Amino acid sequence: MTTSTQTPAVTQPAKRRRGSAGKFQGGNPVVYAIAFVVVCVTLGPVVYGVLGGFRSNGQLTQNPAALPDPWIFSNYAGVVTNPSFWQYTLNSVIVAVITTAIVVIFGVMAAYPLARYAFKGREALFMLFVAGLLFPATVAVIPLFILLTQNFGLGNTWWGVALPQAAFALPMTVVILRPFLQALPQELEEAAQLDGTSRIGFFWRILIPLSGPGMVTVGVLAFVGSWNAYLLPLLLLQGDMKTLPLGVADFSSEHSSDTAGVFAFTTLAMIPALVFFLAMQKRIVNGLQGAVKG
Amino acid sequence: MADDAAVATDVSPATSSGPAAGATRKGRPAAGPSAGGRRAKRSERRKYLEIAFFVAPALAMLILFIVWPVITAVQMSAFRWNGRGPMVDFVGLSNYVSILNNDVFIGSLMNNLLIVVLSIAIQLPLGLAIALLLNRKMWGQGALRTIIFVPYVLAEVVAGVIWFQLVQPQYGVIDTLLKSVGLEPPAQGWLGDMDLALWTVVAILTWKYLGLAVILFLAGLQGVPEELYEAAQLDGASWWQVQRRITVPLLGPTIRTWGFLSMIGSLQLFDMVWILTKGGPANATSTMAIFLVNEGTRSNNFGIAGAASVILFLIALVMAVLYQRLILRRDAKGVA
Repeated sequence: MTTSTQTPAVTQPAKRRRGSAGKFQGGNPVVYAIAFVVVCVTLGPVVYGVLGGFRSNGQLTQNPAALPDPWIFSNYAGVVTNPSFWQYTLNSVIVAVITTAIVVIFGVMAAYPLARYAFKGREALFMLFVAGLLFPATVAVIPLFILLTQNFGLGNTWWGVALPQAAFALPMTVVILRPFLQALPQELEEAAQLDGTSRIGFFWRILIPLSGPGMVTVGVLAFVGSWNAYLLPLLLLQGDMKTLPLGVADFSSEHSSDTAGVFAFTTLAMIPALVFFLAMQKRIVNGLQGAVKG
Repeated sequence: MADDAAVATDVSPATSSGPAAGATRKGRPAAGPSAGGRRAKRSERRKYLEIAFFVAPALAMLILFIVWPVITAVQMSAFRWNGRGPMVDFVGLSNYVSILNNDVFIGSLMNNLLIVVLSIAIQLPLGLAIALLLNRKMWGQGALRTIIFVPYVLAEVVAGVIWFQLVQPQYGVIDTLLKSVGLEPPAQGWLGDMDLALWTVVAILTWKYLGLAVILFLAGLQGVPEELYEAAQLDGASWWQVQRRITVPLLGPTIRTWGFLSMIGSLQLFDMVWILTKGGPANATSTMAIFLVNEGTRSNNFGIAGAASVILFLIALVMAVLYQRLILRRDAKGVA
């Protein structure tokens, strides 16, 4: 446990040992059969939703379990030409980008002295961030709603959602980044000091470039968290400010009889998350593993 | 988690000069002992200014958006308040008393606890089995790992909306498939039946979160040294013996930490239930989060919502501390 905490989560794939139990494998066809069932159960609902978007409501009612016949494109066309869909997408992107930027910048800034400065009260300060992990966002959501709308004047704004989201993501970010920054060799810092570089110069010129992978990992986690968030946006955002999850939920309840339309809207809404996930899969998985080990 | 982090700092290179160096007020090594008191003091002050500069933004965020709201929740819980104007109607602990006598809240709390237990009881064996299955040389392993993780990456809302359509009574595909093999689906639908609704929610949550367990267990499995397997093979151990005596014990820390994450997540459950049932039918699937959002937004009972928030926090805290004490502590002793 100790060693794994020191090595940054990001270096994990280097140690990967694939199929270590391979020599013990028993009946292969059985394994493939089980794997096939797992894939069907896992992907079935998603694929059904995607295909459902290509069917008409008549087709869906007549035989819910069938392929599109004929293929209908009007559902997807209807979503793509729906200005609300693009407005929601834009809102989601902006909120996620603000959240991610704040989390990464403030997170690496806070992790730096906690990792590399020797000072009294450092552990206490770090424990303050760890304690932040214990406060689930749900606990604070009602007072947050009141504070943001009444005291901060941030009701129905991008910042009103992004700032609290970033705040609740910061503890985990600091907890993941600190061991990462600690693992950078001390010699680097000493060499920089001999060259007359201040600690702030070291931070900008050496630490930031070297901790790129760690920042990408926490950034991806923050982005996905924000992209999927529902509760806080539900309380804070109305009308044109809604994010994609709110849009999906609204569309689903307002057009509950238009099942095919709901499938098309939901499918298009999940595409950005899926594409992003496939591109960043390693980072997400490493980040989660880092969280488990840290 | 906190303990591990503390252990890590104690052995890390950054602390090799130790907190003691800070305590005895020696600056950085370059300054040297001969640098004279005033200069050392100035560099010391500069160091603390730098620390403040780096930590202040994050700390300000925590105070504004976590600490302040949590204090407000405690304050709210002691008043009868509809969200407008100042809080004046002080009622002491009566909000707490009324919540703890409220059948809907107690029912929600029980649902949360049931979901905590069921999530772990279902996902642990299933996730372990799939992880062991995938941890061998096989065709399409990479694709399989990606696929199994897809539900976890989808928003709960997206997954909920799709599943809501799938489990629709009569026209839903699940009911159609059941009928085609001669089974009779429940008359009011999976989510409309008082006795089945919560189980349906749990089943959908299992679908959504099993991938996380599998991916984390797989990562843990890759940390098991190959030599152990080779040694076991030389000793003539069967596949089952190897999994039971080597793999699962060595996976212990990963499993225990996953259980912690799963527990905290289950206690906060909101999105999926809100999309699927809004807590119905007749509060059969309500959770604490559903309860406090309903009280806070629909009924404008902010005092009750505040008290529910505080109770939810205390329950989460007690369970987290108990888990840390009873289950995670073993890791610090044994495996490290």
